[in-house]
Amino acid sequence: MHHTVARSSATEELEVIAPSKLSIDEVSKSFQSATGNVLALDRVSLQVAEAEFVCLVGASGCGKSTLLNIIAGLEKPDSGRVLADGKPVAGPGRERLVMFQEPALFPWLDVLGNVLFGLKLKANLTNKDRRDVAKYYLELVGLTRFEHANIHELSGGMKQRVALARALAPNPRVLLMDEPFAALDALTREQLYGDIQRIWKSRRKTIVFVTHNVREAACLGDRVLLFSPHPGRIREEFVVDLPRPRDINSVDLASYATRIMRSLKGLTHDSEEIGE
Amino acid sequence: MKRFLFSAAFFVTLLLIWEWAFRARLWSPVLLPAPEQVGNYLKSAAEDGTLWHATIITMRRLLIGYFVGMIGGLPLGLLTARWNLFRDTIGTMALGLQTLPSVCWVPLALLWFGQSEAAMLFVVVMGTLWSVVIATDTGVRNVPPIFRRAALTMGSKGLHMWLKVILPAALPFVVSGMKQGWAFAWRSLMAAEIFVTILTGFGLGQLLHYGRELSAMDQVIGIIVVIVVIGLLADKIFFSPIERFLHRRWGTSQA
Repeated sequence: MHHTVARSSATEELEVIAPSKLSIDEVSKSFQSATGNVLALDRVSLQVAEAEFVCLVGASGCGKSTLLNIIAGLEKPDSGRVLADGKPVAGPGRERLVMFQEPALFPWLDVLGNVLFGLKLKANLTNKDRRDVAKYYLELVGLTRFEHANIHELSGGMKQRVALARALAPNPRVLLMDEPFAALDALTREQLYGDIQRIWKSRRKTIVFVTHNVREAACLGDRVLLFSPHPGRIREEFVVDLPRPRDINSVDLASYATRIMRSLKGLTHDSEEIGE
Repeated sequence: MKRFLFSAAFFVTLLLIWEWAFRARLWSPVLLPAPEQVGNYLKSAAEDGTLWHATIITMRRLLIGYFVGMIGGLPLGLLTARWNLFRDTIGTMALGLQTLPSVCWVPLALLWFGQSEAAMLFVVVMGTLWSVVIATDTGVRNVPPIFRRAALTMGSKGLHMWLKVILPAALPFVVSGMKQGWAFAWRSLMAAEIFVTILTGFGLGQLLHYGRELSAMDQVIGIIVVIVVIGLLADKIFFSPIERFLHRRWGTSQA
């Protein structure tokens, strides 16, 4: 006969949990601007499977970030709805964590303190559990040595790594990433493409990733969705059928990127805003 | 070490110039006593306990008033930052009253509270409160919205958001407001003590006042030195460590 062994909460907390299925139903959203009413999203529908990596690509102002904010619960749609595992999204919550273009790290806390922030809002953990969990994620992003560093001492890439650890720590089912690497240099970005693919595989998250960088989208996404602006709509869908981990510089990937780029140029007049 | 030596050399030179001015009889000794005489006054005042007694009384008034001003000012500043209703009322009032030199409260306090501790407290609180309200308000308004959004997604809201995100994010502003509030409280208390000669306790300002009444210049200068030293110590012991922490954490340059 087996004895039931009580596991510590930290171990439980670190378990890989089921990622969410997202269902976006006819979501519309408009904004008042100086030039009048702008339809940022026009009856956008989208299904994202469990543990799928979906990239939203489009020119600035095509509504892709707005859609991400609506999925996060930070903004409300004018009409339509977002379901996560069949339940309507009513507001922001740690099931769906967001990584922004700016790291948005809290300067009054050190690196560890930032990763602990979301964990402290989980009541069922002891402080030791929280530290164990936070340290696990700092190791996952390769920043163990910097746990007591101040935020301003970190490079841009390290800051985004901390932001990633902070977003992963409360064990969300969905990661929403809003151009998280746009402000980084190419070399740092390449390292992070490797990291994010490795972490996505080991932690099994559903990821919605917004970018205007076509190559980045082809490198990371299972699917790449093209947005067109005025009004914001999903125009085309590409399934990227390449083995992982993918190298951003590979030739196969380049041919995908070229195809996506060609479609995108056909959709938008602001082609100079599209990175390759 | 080098900086300390320079600093020490500077103050020794000041003392020497003073000593020289006394010996050269540039002014009558009644108006400018020797450094030694001032030192002797401070020594005897310290030995008979007057100086400690007055310092304790003054510090007690200051700390109580400052504490009340902080306790009132912080929440009021949060309210004015959060709701326009409070901003248009209390916020506008704070902005106006902050420009009023705090010594102007003394006549009013005397008429309302008479020669009493309450009058002192009132003047100190008025000196502190408004600058704390305004600094807190400014600090909260300058919190980048992205902090709030990031915290929201991690499940922070309500009181947790205010205590763990908004307030710490506003800390650099709040601390500079606390420092300004401290300076105003200190100035207003000295003004009050010089004007309000009450019997419930003899503070440093009152020693200063009676020094003038008795034409005891050694006492006047001695007490001024004490007041300056207390101000310096408050800065070095209390505010400097907080500011160093802020500079280190935020990575702002230490001016």
